Amino acid sequence: MELQAVLMAAGGGSRMTDLTYNTPKAMLPVGNKPLMWYPLNLLEKVGFEEVIVITTKEVQKAMSTDLKIKDVKMKLDVVSIQEDGDMGTADALRHIQPKIKTDILVLSCDLITDVALHEVVDLFRAHNATMAMLMSKAHEFTETVPGQKGKKKTAEQRDFVGVDKSGKRLLFMANEADLEDGLSIRKSIMRKHPRMLIKTGLVDAHLYCLKKAVVDFLTENKSISSIRGELVPYLVRKQFSKTVNSQKLKDDTDDQTQEKNDGPANHELLISSRDEPLLQLAQERSCWNDHRGDMSEAYHGGKLRCYVHIMDQGLCCRVNTLAAYIEVNRLAPKLFEEPSVHPSADISERCQMGSDSIIGAVCHIADKTSIKRSTIGNFTTVKEKVKVTNSIIMHGVTIEEGCNIQGSVICSNAVIGRGADLKYCLVGNGQHIEPEAERTNEIIVGTDQLMEI
Amino acid sequence: MADSGVIDGPGRKDEIERAKSEGKDLTKEEKQRLRKEKKQQKKIKEKKDDKASQENEKEKKPVTSAAPASQPPTQPTVQKAPSAVPATAPVSVPASEASVPADKPTKTKAELKAERRARQEAERASKQTKKGETGQQAATSKPKAPPSDLQPVVKRLPEHIQVDNPDVLKKLAKKLERQQIPLRSDYGYKVSLFSHLHQYSRKAPLTQQLSIPSTVIHPAIVRLGLQYSHGIVAGSNARSVALLHAFKQVIRDYTTPQNEELSRDLVNKLKPYISFLNQCRPLSASMGNAIKYIKKEISNIPSNCKEDEAKNKLLNCIESYINEKIILAGVAIAKCAIEKQKISDGDVILVYGCSSLVNHILCKAFEKSRKFRVIVVDSRPRLEGKEALRRLVQKGISCTYVLISAVSYILPEVSKVFLGAHALLANGYVMSRVGTSQIALVAKAFNVPVLVCCETYKFCDRVQTDSFVSNELDDPDDLIVTRKGTTPLEGWENESSLGLLNLVYDVTPPDFVDLVITELGMIPCTSVPVVLRVKNVDQ
Repeated sequence: MELQAVLMAAGGGSRMTDLTYNTPKAMLPVGNKPLMWYPLNLLEKVGFEEVIVITTKEVQKAMSTDLKIKDVKMKLDVVSIQEDGDMGTADALRHIQPKIKTDILVLSCDLITDVALHEVVDLFRAHNATMAMLMSKAHEFTETVPGQKGKKKTAEQRDFVGVDKSGKRLLFMANEADLEDGLSIRKSIMRKHPRMLIKTGLVDAHLYCLKKAVVDFLTENKSISSIRGELVPYLVRKQFSKTVNSQKLKDDTDDQTQEKNDGPANHELLISSRDEPLLQLAQERSCWNDHRGDMSEAYHGGKLRCYVHIMDQGLCCRVNTLAAYIEVNRLAPKLFEEPSVHPSADISERCQMGSDSIIGAVCHIADKTSIKRSTIGNFTTVKEKVKVTNSIIMHGVTIEEGCNIQGSVICSNAVIGRGADLKYCLVGNGQHIEPEAERTNEIIVGTDQLMEI
Repeated sequence: MADSGVIDGPGRKDEIERAKSEGKDLTKEEKQRLRKEKKQQKKIKEKKDDKASQENEKEKKPVTSAAPASQPPTQPTVQKAPSAVPATAPVSVPASEASVPADKPTKTKAELKAERRARQEAERASKQTKKGETGQQAATSKPKAPPSDLQPVVKRLPEHIQVDNPDVLKKLAKKLERQQIPLRSDYGYKVSLFSHLHQYSRKAPLTQQLSIPSTVIHPAIVRLGLQYSHGIVAGSNARSVALLHAFKQVIRDYTTPQNEELSRDLVNKLKPYISFLNQCRPLSASMGNAIKYIKKEISNIPSNCKEDEAKNKLLNCIESYINEKIILAGVAIAKCAIEKQKISDGDVILVYGCSSLVNHILCKAFEKSRKFRVIVVDSRPRLEGKEALRRLVQKGISCTYVLISAVSYILPEVSKVFLGAHALLANGYVMSRVGTSQIALVAKAFNVPVLVCCETYKFCDRVQTDSFVSNELDDPDDLIVTRKGTTPLEGWENESSLGLLNLVYDVTPPDFVDLVITELGMIPCTSVPVVLRVKNVDQ
C-alpha cells in the first residue's frame, strides 16, 4: 500500500466558538453537507479506499446518524480521543501509530478544496521527499461578517514561507509570532539556495504527506504536539542541519532497526530503504541535478527534503473562522453538480428563489417568500412573506411570517419570531428571537454560552 | 559434386572459378548475385520490346548465377542469408522466365535449358534441406512464392513508431485498458516528419489518471515512472539501475496467489508495469535488455522451488547483473582505456553531454595521474554538459565548456573525442544523444579519432540507418526560454504552421567511429553483431 489517509476531525473550532459551541466543527453544515464530508469526498474521488478518522465521541455519534457520511463509500476507521482539547494533531498521530503501516496523508476536516491531489503526491513520490504539503494563495473575504465591528481584520499573524526558484522546494517556514527581532535566515540555506522567494500571502491547507519514518520519529519525541505549529517548521529546519547531511554513506549500509535505536533524533528521519546503495548508484549515474551553479550533487546531498505545492487557481479554503465559513458556503456548492433544491423540499409556487440558493431536505417554504443567495438547511420551515438574502440558515430552523433576514447566520433549531428584522447577525443554537425584533450586526447567543471562555 | 549437370558453355569459366573458391567468403558472391538480379529486374522493366537477344542475356546471367548458387547450400552453413540468396536466384529465374513467355510465346533452346536447370537446382536444394537445416527449407519453399526474400522479413513494426496509424493506436488503447493502465495522450502539434512518434507533455503526468494510493501498479514503479517522466533519472545506466531497483521492491512484495506458479505469474505481473513505464517514457535499449534478462531468470525458476528461495534467487540475480554488467563493466572499460594508452599525457579530450561512463573513465584516468584536459560540449535544451562539467571540475580536471555550435572552432585543439552511447545497433550504428553524430562528423573531418565507450548490455538487435524512423520526442515546451522577461515562443500552439521539435536521440554511422571500448575489449563498430551473436549463444 502506498499511502494511508488520516483525517483530523477532533478540532474544536476555537476561532468560531459562536458556531461551534453546540455543533462540533466537523459537523457544521456547509451547503447542507457536513464539513467533514468535503475532505472525505476529495479522498474518495482520488481513489482512496480507507481513511482513518480521528475524532471525538460526539462527532462519532453525529457521524453515525448523518446521511451524507453514510453515503461515503470508503471504509472509515474512526478513532475517538478525549475531548479535553489538549491533544494536538501530532499527539493524535502518535496515538494511532500502531495503525500506520506506510506513508501517510494527513488532512484536516475543515479543508474544502478542489486541488488535483496528484500534484502534491507527485512531489512526494518523485523526489522521495520526507514531507510534501499544500498551500494556496489567500483570497480576501468579501462578505460582511456578522458581529464584526470596526476594522475588518485584527492583525493576523502572518506566515513567512520561503521557497526556492522552482517554487516547489520548501526552504523556510516561520510564523510572525515566533520571530521576535526579524526574519533571520541561516547562512547554510543561502549558500545552497542563493535565490529564495519569501511569500506571505499564503494559507496553509493543512494537507501533508509524511513519510512513515516521521510518525516513528514522533513516537520517540513526545515533545512535539502540533503538526502545523511544531513538526513542519522542525522538518523544514532540519533539511539544512549539518548532522543530517554529513551522515551520507555510513548509515546507508546500517540495518534499518539499528538506526532506530540510535540516540539522536536525526537518525530516524533519514530516509533509508533496504536498497539504498542501488538508489545512490542510480542517482550518481543520472545526469540530473535540481540546481545549477555550485559543486554539489542533486539535493545538495541532503536526505531530508520538504516540498510544497502552491495552488494559484481553484478553491482552497480552511473553515476555521466565521468569515471563512460564510465565504465557503457561497463557493462550495459550485464544486458539485448537484441540484440546488433537494427533491423532498416542499416549495410553494409563489416563492421567489434565486438560482444560487440551496434548499435542504424536507423544507417547507411558504408563499410570497424571497430567497436569494442563501443556504437553507434541512427540516427548516419558512413561513409567508419572508425575505432571506445572503444568509445561512442551518437545520431545523423556524422562521415565522414577515421576517427579513439579511447577511446573517442562523444556527440550528433557532426560532425567529414574526416580523423580525435581522441584519448581519449571528443567531446561536436554539435561540428564540422575539417577534418584531430589530437587530443589526449582533451575535445573539444564549447567556450560558457567554460564560464559556 | 553438384557441378556435373549444371555446366553450360559460357558459364564454364565461372563454374571453375567458383569451384576453386568454394569455402571462401560468400558475401562477395551474394553481393554479386544481388547486383546481377537488380540489373535483371531493371532490364526486364525497361526493355520489354527487345526480346530475343536480351532475353538470352538475361537467361545466361541467372543461369550462371544459379549454378554457383547451388554450391553454397552444399556447404554446411547455418546462416539463413546465403541460403536465402540462392533461393532468390531460382526465384529470379522463374521471374524472368515468366516474363519471357509473357512477352513471347515461343521459347528458344536456351530458354528451355534454363528452365530445366532451374528445376534441377530446386530439386537439389530441396534434397539439401532434407539433410540439413530448416532455414534452408524455408528458403526453398520461398521460390514457389513470388515475393522474394530480398524484401524485409520484418512484417510487424513496433507500436511506438506507428502513432499516426489509428488502428495501432486502438490496439494499444485496448491493451492498456486490459492491463488497467491509463493511456497518455499526445500533446501539441508534431512536425510532420516525426508525426509517427509519441510526444508527451511533462505537465500532464500519467499519475493524473491513476488513483492515488496506487493499487494496480506497485508504488515503487509509480515513483520510477514519475522520475522518468520528470527527467530526474536520466541516462541509460541510471535508468536501468533504477528499474532493477524497483523490480527488486516488486519481487520483495510479491506473493504467489493460489494455484499459480511464481515463474509464470510474476512475469505476467511485470507486464503491466512495463507498459506503464513505457507510457511514462519510452524504454531504452539497456532497459529492454535488463527486462529480457529478468524475464528469462524468472521463467527459469523450477516449479518445485519455494517462494522465499525463489525470491532470494531472483534478488541475487538482479544484484549480480548490475554488478557485472554495469559496475564491473565500467571498471573494466576504464582500465582498458587507461592502460592501452587511449588517454595519454598531454591529451585534449572532447566529451559531449553527460555520459556516466565517460565521466567515470576520465575521473579514473585523472586518479591515475594522467595529465589531460577536457573540453565539454553542450547543447540545448537539456544542457547536460553542465552536470558533466561539474563532476569533472569537482575532481580537479581542467575543463573548457562550449556549446555545440562552437565545435568546429574548438576541434583543432582536440586530440581525441570520447562519446557515450545509449545503444549500439546491430549494423554498427551508434545511437546516442542528439548532436553526437554531428560531433563525430566534424571530428572525422578534422581527422580526430572518435572513441565510443559502451557496455555490452547496451547492444541491441535493432538495425537503424537514420534518426527518423525510431526516435523519441521530448516535451516541446522545453525549448521555450524566457530571457529578460520575454518569452518569444509563448503561444506556439496557436500558430498553425509552427511546430517545435525536441529530439532526444540520433544515430552515428560506423564510418565516423574509430573504436568502441567495451568490457570485452576494443572492437570496431562493425563487430557489434559478432558480440550479439556470442551473447545469444552464451544464453
